Amino acid sequence: MTEPFVTIEKVRFGYRDRIIIEDVSMQCPRGSVTALMGGSGSGKTTLLKLIGGQLRPHSGAVRFDGKDVHALDRDGLFALRRRMGMLFQFGGLFTDLSVFDNVAFPIREHTQLPESMIRDLVLMKLQAVGLRGAAQLQPSQISGGMARRVALARAIALDPPLLMYDEPFAGLDPISLGTIAHLIRSLNDALGATSILVTHDVQETFAICDYAYVLGAGKVLAHGTPQQLAQASDLGVRQFLDGTRDGPVPFHYPGASIEQDFVRPAGSA
Amino acid sequence: MLNAIAALGRRVIETIDGIGYGARFFVRLLGLMLTSLRRPRLIVDQIHFIGNRSLSIIAISGLFVGFVLGLQGYYTLQRYGSESALGLLVTLSLVRELGPVVTALLFAGRAGTSLTAEIGLMKAGEQLAAMEMMAVDPIARVLAPRFVAAVIAMPVLAAIFSAVGVIGGYIVGVQMIGVDAGAFWSQMEGGVDVFRDVGDGVIKSIVFGFICAFVAVYVGYEAKPTPEGVSRATTTTVVASSLAVLAFDFVLTALMFNT
Repeated sequence: MTEPFVTIEKVRFGYRDRIIIEDVSMQCPRGSVTALMGGSGSGKTTLLKLIGGQLRPHSGAVRFDGKDVHALDRDGLFALRRRMGMLFQFGGLFTDLSVFDNVAFPIREHTQLPESMIRDLVLMKLQAVGLRGAAQLQPSQISGGMARRVALARAIALDPPLLMYDEPFAGLDPISLGTIAHLIRSLNDALGATSILVTHDVQETFAICDYAYVLGAGKVLAHGTPQQLAQASDLGVRQFLDGTRDGPVPFHYPGASIEQDFVRPAGSA
Repeated sequence: MLNAIAALGRRVIETIDGIGYGARFFVRLLGLMLTSLRRPRLIVDQIHFIGNRSLSIIAISGLFVGFVLGLQGYYTLQRYGSESALGLLVTLSLVRELGPVVTALLFAGRAGTSLTAEIGLMKAGEQLAAMEMMAVDPIARVLAPRFVAAVIAMPVLAAIFSAVGVIGGYIVGVQMIGVDAGAFWSQMEGGVDVFRDVGDGVIKSIVFGFICAFVAVYVGYEAKPTPEGVSRATTTTVVASSLAVLAFDFVLTALMFNT
């Protein structure tokens, strides 16, 4: 069996006294689409930042293609990141550059290719996400879904072997959502890449991922193929998958009891 | 009591930590200045953005300051029958003091806030994080060219401010009040020392350029990535730059006073 492309080993991370990730371990095999799922605040985006080396864990290790991400110096980390493509939640497009220049940005920064070749490469990437015709538009002239696709074209500009997606479906209309989901799967297969997808959209994710981890309160609640997770019996997992209002994640934010807040002793103001 | 001491200690440690971090950031920017010179296109774009767009406010302000100096200077000098020295007074005031200082204050308000807001909004829009994930250092790619451009633009803008101010003083003093034009220019030419007067002014404007540029990019980079955070950062840039410029102006003037 080949070594997983990304391995997370007993990672623990937090801000001051607040623990965000607690002893999380997971593996992302080469060529797979792995989903990290969970409600808001479950630590999935933090986990993505730990993989990308934007955050450093308190303990544990993150390995990317056999290399310990956090044992590298700045140059080593940047060399590693050239082999990663990341799609941010809202795209993170450079608002002062056109769609074309946004996609060309990593190519111009990291290669010495002639402008004619950069043009062809950028148009090919834009063609892959269906936006070749929008090359000369500014980010302010395109919709949120299109911006996400441009960011996707930029993320794959250097054909990275690892693609990471932070909430790629957030705030998209059904057509854009379906388009992005299809692109994530098809680009992963076409590029022979490995993808890690952070999301809380269950149906769309189960349709395209090979394996999924469900996180809750910084821990892995369950993991398995979409079919295995659909049969899960854990209450926390079921609440997340079924979208029920109350459960292990309570509807009411913890606080004083109703009696303490509303029932006052006789004679008090 | 113990809590108060602990809070004070924490505040002191945080302040020292902040100063140390800021100093390291400044040294890093200085180091990256040379690196960014390898990509002059980025710096030229920023000089156009920062310098060219500040030109109108600098020129108009310089003209009005020159007008006022002409009027006030004449009011004082005519008491001693020395109105022929008006050109000298206007020029020395502008070149040694008002040119660098007022330009720096206007620069902080016009270009400094613009830089801070731009960098803060790039941070809030995940653009800087995206750059980092593309293995591109945002301090080298975004901050350093802006820093260099601001440092270059400041002395040029201060020179324009002073030049336009002298013309303003000439218009009021010579054209409107009737001071002799020959005396105006010859007194100025004879009394202004290129190295001591103009040189001091240039040194001041370069130092102010470093101050305003550093404050603008640093505050923008460290801004909280929220609308409120960016708003606070722009205000901080104006306040911190202005106070630092005035404080350094005193220090520099005191140092130059004996030369």
